Amino acid sequence: MSDFDLDRPWRVSGSVALRPERFGALAYSFDTRRLSFLKSRTLYEIVRSLAEHPSGRAACEAAGASGGELPPLCTALGTLAATGMIEERVA
Amino acid sequence: MSVGAVRLVDHFEAGLDAPICLTWELTYACNLACVHCLSSSGRRDPRELSTEECRAVIDELEAMQVFYVNIGGGEPTVRRDFWELLDYATAHHVGVKFSTNGSRITPEIAERLAGDDYVDVQISLDGATPEVNDRVRGAGSYATALRAMGHLRDAGMENFKISVVVTRENVAELDAFKAIADDHGAQLRITRLRPSGRGADVWDELHPTAAQQRELYDWLVAHGEDVLTGDSFFHLSAYGQALPGLGMCGAGRVVCLIDPIGDVYACPFAIHDAFLAGNIRTPGGFAGVWRESELFTRLRGPQSGGACESCGFYDSCRGGCMAAKFFTGLPLDGPDPECALGHGEPLLAGRGAGHDAPRPAQDHSRLRPPARACDENPLAVWTR
Repeated sequence: MSDFDLDRPWRVSGSVALRPERFGALAYSFDTRRLSFLKSRTLYEIVRSLAEHPSGRAACEAAGASGGELPPLCTALGTLAATGMIEERVA
Repeated sequence: MSVGAVRLVDHFEAGLDAPICLTWELTYACNLACVHCLSSSGRRDPRELSTEECRAVIDELEAMQVFYVNIGGGEPTVRRDFWELLDYATAHHVGVKFSTNGSRITPEIAERLAGDDYVDVQISLDGATPEVNDRVRGAGSYATALRAMGHLRDAGMENFKISVVVTRENVAELDAFKAIADDHGAQLRITRLRPSGRGADVWDELHPTAAQQRELYDWLVAHGEDVLTGDSFFHLSAYGQALPGLGMCGAGRVVCLIDPIGDVYACPFAIHDAFLAGNIRTPGGFAGVWRESELFTRLRGPQSGGACESCGFYDSCRGGCMAAKFFTGLPLDGPDPECALGHGEPLLAGRGAGHDAPRPAQDHSRLRPPARACDENPLAVWTR
């Protein structure tokens, strides 16, 4: 279950830093002082490149994710959006 | 989020290339003399890192992408270059959360702190009343902390931290602490009393009783993520559900301590040669110690839980806190002295009077009697 809209343009929030790790990445928000764990390299690649793509879906495709891989990624992106780690950008 | 075959906690137990965060004690100097001080602080050490050396540490942390450091001491703000180092860190994208007794938090300083997203402040308070607090932290320290908290609130600093070490004397005040935090727009942080530093001298009398621990656990469960704990009570998960947090010992794996003279220890509660990984003044610097020290490599390998491994709760409590065992003189591959199932108590009782638990490697306490009469005056004679 996720109400994350994959077809809109997204980006990493301004106050958030990403650190790649073997398991995925750490994301830290200097705004909320919250640390999140991105639990796969694919998710890291998608989040890192969100701003380079016209939509979340395009970022997923560019990272090689499709079909059945999308729903869990969409849930993860929804959590990141809800906690302010990523935000919608004006297209 | 997607779940792989390997649990996240397994990655953390095997260690990361850089700490998630670390504690950096900037000085052993302190204007207070709390009875349970983890770092036995009081007097400055002449070998403390210079401003230049501190800047080099910050450069390394930036390169390693350490998001933030927990700065403490001693009282870090007594260093003359403290505010300069704070600015240097935030300019280099290393966030700072610093712990203070509040004595230097003037209205002007509070304004400045409130305006900086990269800085968080943690005021130490160990009693919700002056009576309870000042017995541990010293006369007037409650008033000092409350004054600082008032300045931060008035400056509009949101969500600064009020940090409480839970003891036998203040465990009944948890709701009162929460009210003080709410009153100041602050967030409450409750951590465990460790038998480290001078804490070893008072731990027997001040650590919560078994019944109090249970009460504390229920209170923490009820408050969930509203109350921070720095992951310090994962050993209590054996009471039932796990508390929020990673639920593991991060020492040398995802956290560590840099002390005022540049020594790197596995965690802030383990200032002892047995947990000393190296010094940042050696050629490889901090990164070299973090990545190559023999101690950290060992801590990142498989650990033996000894008798605890047959316990049904071993998966969640992991044998508890290494430092708590070490400084109470218990074996590292056995139960935590405050094991929720009570397995620590017979071991503590079995130590007998005058047991010889290890002493901390550094002691900068003021007002201590000399160990031998001639340490103070070569002509002294015993008069007692």
